[in-house]
Amino acid sequence: MTAPAFTISRATPESRIALAFAVLGLLALAAGPYWLDRNGMRIVGDFMVYLGLASLWNLLAGYAGLVSVGQQAYVGFGGYVLFGAAIFLGVPPLLAVPIAGVGAAIISVPISYLVFRLKGAYFAIGTWVVAEVFMLLASQWSALGGGSGISLPIAIVREIGATRAMRENLIYWTTLGTTAAILIAVYLLLRSKWGLALQAIRDSETAAESSGVSVANAKRLLYVVACAGAAMIGAIYFMTKLRISPSAAFSVNDWTAFVIFMTVIGGIGRIEGPIVGAALFILLRETLSDLGAIYLIILGVIAVAVMLLAPKGIWGLLQEKFGWQLFPVGRKLVLDTSKKEGN
Amino acid sequence: MAMRESTTVSPILSLTAVSKRFGAVVVADNLDLSLAQGEALGIIGPNGAGKTSLFNMIAGVIRPDTGRVEFEGSDITHLPPSQRCRAGIGRCFQIPQPFLGLTTFENLCVTGFFGKAGSHANVEKRCVEILELTGLLPKANTLAGSLTLLERKRLELARALAGEPKLLLLDEIAGGLTPHECEDLVAAIKTIRATGVSVIWIEHVVHALLAIVDRLFVLHQGRKLGEGDPRSVMASREVHEIYLGVEADG
Repeated sequence: MTAPAFTISRATPESRIALAFAVLGLLALAAGPYWLDRNGMRIVGDFMVYLGLASLWNLLAGYAGLVSVGQQAYVGFGGYVLFGAAIFLGVPPLLAVPIAGVGAAIISVPISYLVFRLKGAYFAIGTWVVAEVFMLLASQWSALGGGSGISLPIAIVREIGATRAMRENLIYWTTLGTTAAILIAVYLLLRSKWGLALQAIRDSETAAESSGVSVANAKRLLYVVACAGAAMIGAIYFMTKLRISPSAAFSVNDWTAFVIFMTVIGGIGRIEGPIVGAALFILLRETLSDLGAIYLIILGVIAVAVMLLAPKGIWGLLQEKFGWQLFPVGRKLVLDTSKKEGN
Repeated sequence: MAMRESTTVSPILSLTAVSKRFGAVVVADNLDLSLAQGEALGIIGPNGAGKTSLFNMIAGVIRPDTGRVEFEGSDITHLPPSQRCRAGIGRCFQIPQPFLGLTTFENLCVTGFFGKAGSHANVEKRCVEILELTGLLPKANTLAGSLTLLERKRLELARALAGEPKLLLLDEIAGGLTPHECEDLVAAIKTIRATGVSVIWIEHVVHALLAIVDRLFVLHQGRKLGEGDPRSVMASREVHEIYLGVEADG
């Protein structure tokens, strides 16, 4: 057999521009403490927290078909690990962040054997039940405040940074760095051959398995990674708040419903989807949250409208219309028609 | 062509006393099947005879209730489909199952990277060669979701080949093709066979099958009804009665 000469293109014209903007944007955000006020930094911090969670949930649900409604189990677990490690073991809070990630990775393995026995909607409910169990356990832990929660003691807060500004900057950079690392890891993963496997699983599990992809192992690995990421984000978030309680830590609304909202309206199964969705969510929240319950009704209406008018999400719609791929993961075959190459 | 004595050479695939039932439906009843290196075997049988279930047991999608499946001398009865693919079993689905969100080329890359071919360097080059062999090169960058049914059938073949299989399982890939397309397909399968790949082909388009296979195996209600030289099997009375559904006319 002979093959025509070819090259494989992995970029698009718009992706080069997008990459440049992403780098500039990251640098600008990294310099945030020098040009943003305290409120601005809070908004960017929340955006980063949600962007990280939505990107991880997108990997789980959009690629591996694991529609988890229980990622709050790991967000809360991460928060409690940070508080527990800092209060009982004297671990510096910033160091407790990666510890929370490793801890979540370890406990997610046995949990995966439990919840992976369930499929589809049953899996979703099973993960939620696991999260409720986590919340009940945390509210029984009286040393950490039981059901009413606990604040991070002043001495430990001072360990993060001597002054308030210093603390806020360090936490801000940790949040930014963690989410940037998650996004870069997601992008590199999806571009690798494992990303090809995940997209194959997304489209047909039977055919992926017959094509040599070990579907069960791929799903488990992805679940462990997503849980570790969620726990690190949880640890950072509750370090920012300086206070944790079971109802906040394991909130299905904050850590799953909003995250699903962002991923779905942004565009599930696309790397750009959670970015668009998280930005839109933060924008809506900052402009509408004074309206109280009406704000949630508006979110619901938007979700329904997007699902009816653009089932592939806002980014999916733009991609179909204009063919944009800001962060392409594909492999485009470019044939060199001028010459033929022997085998 | 004389009937091959496939058991004398070490077989690439052998099924020993394989049985499988789904409730009251028996899809395999104490089946023995052996395939020599490089051999092409055709399987025919009426609808519901257990042909696709047989493929599912060879590819690992379903496990037999009893019996053994061996590939290149090692027991694979309990291996999952992914490991069987890596061992060198390539499979085409009767109802095409393309990865709709990936391009044609990327569909091939999946088996290329994760199948048996994944161990060597130039996976992409092999994928391009197979795209050319199967006539899919002009569609390389088209999303599989926008391919026609016939293109999807060709993609099934191409994707299985990209994994560099030693044994290729073809499930009714000639159905619905025009005579010209069928000739192209037969030519492509001949090229594939020339590289030493063993083939098992389930097909209702008998003339295409007869152009390729060395041996024919007739399956009926999970049992072997006949086996041997393709033309004499096709001419046998039992096949006429049961497979073709024709009452004996004397």
